[in-house]
Amino acid sequence: MNDSTPPQAKAYWKENIRLVLSLLSIWFLVSFGMAILFVDVLDNFRFFGFKFGFWMAQQGSIFCFVILIFIYVVKMNKLDHKYKVDEDRDG
Amino acid sequence: MDNQTLIYIFVGVTFTLYIGIAIWSRAGNTDDFYVAGGGVPPLANGMATAADWMSAASFISMAGIISFVGRDGAVYLMGWTGGYVLLALLIAPYLRKFGKYTIPDFVGDRYYSNLARLVAVVCVLFVSFTYVAGQMRGVGIVFSRFLEVDITTGVLIGMAIVFFYAVLGGMKGITYTQVAQYCVLIFAFLVPAIFISLQMTGNPVPQFGFGSTLTDGSNVHLLDKLDQLSEELGFGAYTEGKKSTIDMFFITAALMVGTAGLPHVIVRFFTVPKVRDARLSAGYALVFIALLYTTAPALASFARVNLIDTVNQAEYKTTPLWFKNWENTNLIAWVDKNQDGKIQYSAGKAFTGKPQFLMIRGPEGERKISNPPTKNSNELYIDRDIMVLANPEIANLPGWVIALVAAGGLAAALSTAAGLLLVISTSISHDCLKKMFLKDITDRQELFFARMSAALAVSLAGYFGIHPPGFVAQVVAFAFGLAASSFFPVIMMGIFSKRMNREGAISGMITGLLFTAGYIIYFKFINPSANTADNWWFGISPEGIGTLGMVFNFMVSGLVSQMTAPPPKEIQEMVEDIRIPQGAGASYHH
Repeated sequence: MNDSTPPQAKAYWKENIRLVLSLLSIWFLVSFGMAILFVDVLDNFRFFGFKFGFWMAQQGSIFCFVILIFIYVVKMNKLDHKYKVDEDRDG
Repeated sequence: MDNQTLIYIFVGVTFTLYIGIAIWSRAGNTDDFYVAGGGVPPLANGMATAADWMSAASFISMAGIISFVGRDGAVYLMGWTGGYVLLALLIAPYLRKFGKYTIPDFVGDRYYSNLARLVAVVCVLFVSFTYVAGQMRGVGIVFSRFLEVDITTGVLIGMAIVFFYAVLGGMKGITYTQVAQYCVLIFAFLVPAIFISLQMTGNPVPQFGFGSTLTDGSNVHLLDKLDQLSEELGFGAYTEGKKSTIDMFFITAALMVGTAGLPHVIVRFFTVPKVRDARLSAGYALVFIALLYTTAPALASFARVNLIDTVNQAEYKTTPLWFKNWENTNLIAWVDKNQDGKIQYSAGKAFTGKPQFLMIRGPEGERKISNPPTKNSNELYIDRDIMVLANPEIANLPGWVIALVAAGGLAAALSTAAGLLLVISTSISHDCLKKMFLKDITDRQELFFARMSAALAVSLAGYFGIHPPGFVAQVVAFAFGLAASSFFPVIMMGIFSKRMNREGAISGMITGLLFTAGYIIYFKFINPSANTADNWWFGISPEGIGTLGMVFNFMVSGLVSQMTAPPPKEIQEMVEDIRIPQGAGASYHH
């Protein structure tokens, strides 16, 4: 951001980026990590009736994706409110 | 009542419903036509997005594919859901704040260039047409099997319905019919899955039944039995992978990123009132999608066990009716290689190519084929597409469930087709005519052109449905690869980098496009015999190459933008404005 940007907006954007990065690293871990790169290692563990790696690949990762989006929704609403940029202020 | 009557009733009732909704939600101006007036509640938009997204491929083909490839089917399961995380976190809220109608709008405005807009329009048209042809074909298949009309008539009926609500209602009509279509398709997918899960494992929730023990008294886990059966028949364990890790990685990434860059999905987020709603409706959309996507792998494994149990070593004469029905529609074929009258099913192809049926029957009453049989012991050909459609029959479910599946398959195909047609017509009337060639037209004239181009697009899609170009199956990789390597980086950089300029975006898009298209065209069309892992770059198949194209796009656009002048001040201010939700409510009253 350049110098003309208000400091409030800069701080808002910075926190937003931090949140997105941390959620995307979980996204990467559960899909590419657990379900692809380390799937055979995780298959050594049983998770209910499933091999764990197989379950992550076919079901678990999808549940994680859903949870990640809802965490994002809740956290962003709080962030909008904290920096007073939420749309309830639209007159 | 016999099955056929039930099917007519179910399909008739759902079609009447769709038309009723279309009349109720006619579009009055371009705002209604393009983005449903920007007033769709997040929950409704979530459902509409889910129906828009889940095509005939998701409904009919996906579970069948998983059923035959086992664990590797995860590329589709993860690829087509994980993209929503990218969409929700990186794209949807910001494009909603931007508040225009289309992706080319964003690309053209953000990169202050009509050339960038034109490149985007070409990509949108290509991706959408590729996709829509497959949908009309899906409509044709369902019609011909279940309504016993020929494929041409089926496609024509489908066209008439889509024409009616897409041309009349635009985005508004499409949105609310998609909500209805979602309900029909998810009900149709879940009901047979629940029945079958109960039958096989005693657990009514397919997602749990998938990991439960069988009710046949053996107390063996379903998946263990499936592994054992698959290994006995030479297919290799169901829960183990066959694709290389790098290929799994790249295909999954290409599908995820491609999903986040598909125009007909992105445009749905322009229709909600607020930025906050865009985030929330991406969440709802994924919940609705996940309902089907977590059921599909369960259904796939049930169907596989059922199929092997029913057909392997069975005498042809005593096979159930469904086996002969699907044989009559050319999707099952059997050659009695050892002439014992029994079906032997194992790994390998029973014969080369697709079955070419002769007009005569063999000694057991089976349909004879002209294909030369192979040396292996497998005697059975099964088309993957029948797994979902035939499942209720295989599991002996009542007639109304079969009728429901027919209505569900049609809902899935029609809803996706309509969403795509709208994107195509908007690209023509808004991005090409209004923004580039006929800048002076009034809102009413633009609406007229939008309707005309929707009508044109429906006819063209119908033509492709009746005369499918042989390459439809091959070009699916294209649609995702191109979306991944062109739109996604350009849109993302447009939001997250203020330094990204016109020169960078255009050179990046063109690099990504040419590289990805070139690789796919080479392996799919120019030299298909070379399409093996040994010849692929780093072992990446054409399905996964879009990921590499995306990386090149990012690199080239970053480099070029550093070497050229930064974007003008007002563009940088626009980017700052997009990043903050406040003020989005006003932008849809322009």
